Amino acid sequence: MANEPAQPEKFFLNRFGMTEGSLERVLGNALERKADYADLYFEYRNAEALALEESMVNHTSKSISQGVGVRVCADDRTGYAYTDEVTVDRLQIAAEAARAIADERGAALAPVRVGAPLPRHRLYELDSTPLDIPLEERARLLTQIDETARALDPRIRNVMASFAAEQRVIMIVTSDGRIAADVQPLCRLSVTVIAEEAGKGRQVGSFGGGGRVEWKYLFEQDRWRDYVHKAASQALINLDAVDAPAGEMVVVLGPGWPGILLHEAIGHGLEGDFNRKGVSAFANRIGQQVASPLCTVVDDGTLPNRRGSLNVDDEGTPTSRTTLIEKGILCGYLQDRLNARLMGMAPTGNGRRESFAHAPMPRMTNTFMLPGEATPDDIIRSVDRGLYAVSFGGGQVDITNGKFVFSASEAYLIEGGRITRPVKGATLIGNGPDVLTRVSMVGNDLALDSGIGTCGKDGQSVPVGVGLPTIRIDGITVGGTHA
Amino acid sequence: MKRAANGRSSGGLDPALAEWALARARAEGASAAEVLLVSAESLSAGVRMGEVEKLKSSRERRLGLRVFVGQSSATAATAELEQTSLDDFIRNTIAMARLTAPDPWSGLPDPTLHPATLPDLDLRDSAHAIIAAEQALQIARECERAALGSDPRIRNSEGAEFSSGVYEILFANSSGFSGSYAAGNFHLGAAPIAQADDGAMQLGHWSTSARHFAKLEDAAAVGKVAAARALRRLGARKIKTTRAPVVFDPDMAASLIRSLAGAASGPALYKRASFLVDRLDTQVAASAVTIIDDGRMLAGLGSKPFDGEGLATNRKPLVERGILKTYLLDCYSARKLNLAPTGNASRGTADSPGVSPTNLYLEPGSYTPEQVIGSVARGLYVTELIGFGINAVTGDYSRGASGIWIENGELAYPVQEITIAGNLKDMFLGIEMVANDLRWRSSVVAPTLKLSEMMIAGE
Repeated sequence: MANEPAQPEKFFLNRFGMTEGSLERVLGNALERKADYADLYFEYRNAEALALEESMVNHTSKSISQGVGVRVCADDRTGYAYTDEVTVDRLQIAAEAARAIADERGAALAPVRVGAPLPRHRLYELDSTPLDIPLEERARLLTQIDETARALDPRIRNVMASFAAEQRVIMIVTSDGRIAADVQPLCRLSVTVIAEEAGKGRQVGSFGGGGRVEWKYLFEQDRWRDYVHKAASQALINLDAVDAPAGEMVVVLGPGWPGILLHEAIGHGLEGDFNRKGVSAFANRIGQQVASPLCTVVDDGTLPNRRGSLNVDDEGTPTSRTTLIEKGILCGYLQDRLNARLMGMAPTGNGRRESFAHAPMPRMTNTFMLPGEATPDDIIRSVDRGLYAVSFGGGQVDITNGKFVFSASEAYLIEGGRITRPVKGATLIGNGPDVLTRVSMVGNDLALDSGIGTCGKDGQSVPVGVGLPTIRIDGITVGGTHA
Repeated sequence: MKRAANGRSSGGLDPALAEWALARARAEGASAAEVLLVSAESLSAGVRMGEVEKLKSSRERRLGLRVFVGQSSATAATAELEQTSLDDFIRNTIAMARLTAPDPWSGLPDPTLHPATLPDLDLRDSAHAIIAAEQALQIARECERAALGSDPRIRNSEGAEFSSGVYEILFANSSGFSGSYAAGNFHLGAAPIAQADDGAMQLGHWSTSARHFAKLEDAAAVGKVAAARALRRLGARKIKTTRAPVVFDPDMAASLIRSLAGAASGPALYKRASFLVDRLDTQVAASAVTIIDDGRMLAGLGSKPFDGEGLATNRKPLVERGILKTYLLDCYSARKLNLAPTGNASRGTADSPGVSPTNLYLEPGSYTPEQVIGSVARGLYVTELIGFGINAVTGDYSRGASGIWIENGELAYPVQEITIAGNLKDMFLGIEMVANDLRWRSSVVAPTLKLSEMMIAGE
């Protein structure tokens, strides 16, 4: 793998016997028609996964992928071609395919000259990555997880655990002479348990975590045991869950992963592409009040070791912290280079892609709300009747009409200011541009999620993070079955 | 080596490479192995507001390897297909397998289960391969133009996109099976946006997919349907929380049978992570419901001559008049459940086999969709569902919905920002009417369905 993480840009040149001169020629070829910009995206990804089920680590898999994507931009048009055969000849063929987007006429830009590598953050300089840990040791952890979970409660009938680790090396070379590269480690541990009890049926509980971290991260602060306990308690609690209520009510969201609310309700709608095209419910609303003054929401790709963080985005721009909403006022979009240029704004380091097989687009990194003053107890005590939701599955949004959903997997009734009974999972639905106007309390307990999120957009998946303090929303529709 | 062929050449994929890799794996100590070679090429072209927006061209080749050392196994994939790289790759995969726990249920299929001959399922259009950029853009443009021109309230667009692709699969294992097939697909979709005078916007989406270029719906017709779907959402309102019958349009009905197939798949069952555990040969749906899985429909979008383990695909009822007749099984889950594999193994290059339906459909009934809607005094016609609120273990179901409210058997007004909730066990038993409007729009399809009652949450 990359033995020279300090100089990842050398990795591809050495590996594929290319020179900066040959890349300049490919970019020159890409720009032969009337284009504004071209770039090359090199990727080498090494991924390994292990899985345990029925007390056996019986699945191991490894995937090595590599390739190059060539992009040509002309006005608001994008030509993209990729190949997994990394040779100069194949790159030239891809460049010709990508440049078909541009008009025949027009002079080529000045010859491309690649400069010195651009600076990048140092957010995940690891001494070793989980891929360096012997497979036996990784397998042993999964076995310990299985034993630990089964020992917790006889009602735990099955345990599934998996550990996935990858390392991506990327390099971006652009027609304006920039070159940027990065080595991106990432891992995730997942635990799912099935609990069964006569007369109460079966329930599932899941938890997990990780990030751009070393193997020892999972052992610090007893993290893996904590994941096991949380997965198990979720399944066991849900055995006693009653039907969730249906209709609009006060909802209190717990800290951490419930920040998926922000991702769905706010984040997607503020991605630059949707706003440039005017297809987002947030289009042309900068400067307007879209949340209560208690709410400040940021997207921050610069948090060390987080799953959603990047030293540079997939266009070579260093990531940054972008304030999306400040004290309730909408103040920023998330931008890649294309949409920033077309909107006359600055790129924010949010141009991301799943792999070399995809063109970049504006995506979130770590999206969270800044903490407020209230204590979590005060917030619960303030609710006479409502729902307290602490864990969620996935969510989704319709960008155009702003309606979003996210589904609770662990939730409780609040009655008379106290948390009482667990209720079954239910989907919550709201309207992005106004749900945060109903936030009446913000807690002082901001937490980021444990490192499990994956965001899908237009067929591309990328790792992301979310975060939230405990908040009170004065009315949102809860999709339970109980009238 | 026994080789089954389907009458078409495997083109760019080299059977000798697969044989070489299997021989190398055996020589390096694997007791059994299988090789999957995939090559794919595609071109997609997008227009937006009448202008060219994107062109994407792709080409990939990958090799997937699964090796067994006794009862231990490992799976790996690579795009580096030179023999020197593959030598290391094969050795490393075998080393991984040795570190994996021996699993008494693992292994290749019983060799007698492999088919001797494979049918030609007409999966590749002999007249059209990849549609060149110029023509692809023209089709997308015609589609979007029809959408934009159909009503003055269609004021914006996420564009229209046409794509075509060809791929080849070659699969071989060390017990002597080798098979290959080539396939293609064509896809056209449009997403226009309607805007009301108050500024509120709604997206409408429609698409068509086929193995044969000539079987695609007319481009302008696709654009017009997409526009109509956007327009009918304008002015949508929230409604009061209520219990009422729910009519699922065909695409939403298809999502229900997809959930059922997931719960009926072997891996979910042996993990006891399914609401269909121990339900074989029992009533799981209303008697009007028959669901067929058929991997061998000619030119079917989910057709393939053999599954991800080299077993013959086939036609079988998953549910027959409400009775769950089979689970969907690969060899591993079949052994665990003490049943026979069903030819539903799915396989990506980097993963061990999973399970998926092939062409899955709910058999049409006799009612027209109008009769189904006409039977509802007050209820919901659901046309969009979002979110992941389905618990496969319990069957609990709660999703975001939008659609059209039905009053006295007529579509009255659009609704949104509501949820529908129930439990899949009750929902399938509660299917009261099955319409006759089955269309093969994807590999999983269903006609319009009426469910007797669900909880609808709104204000």
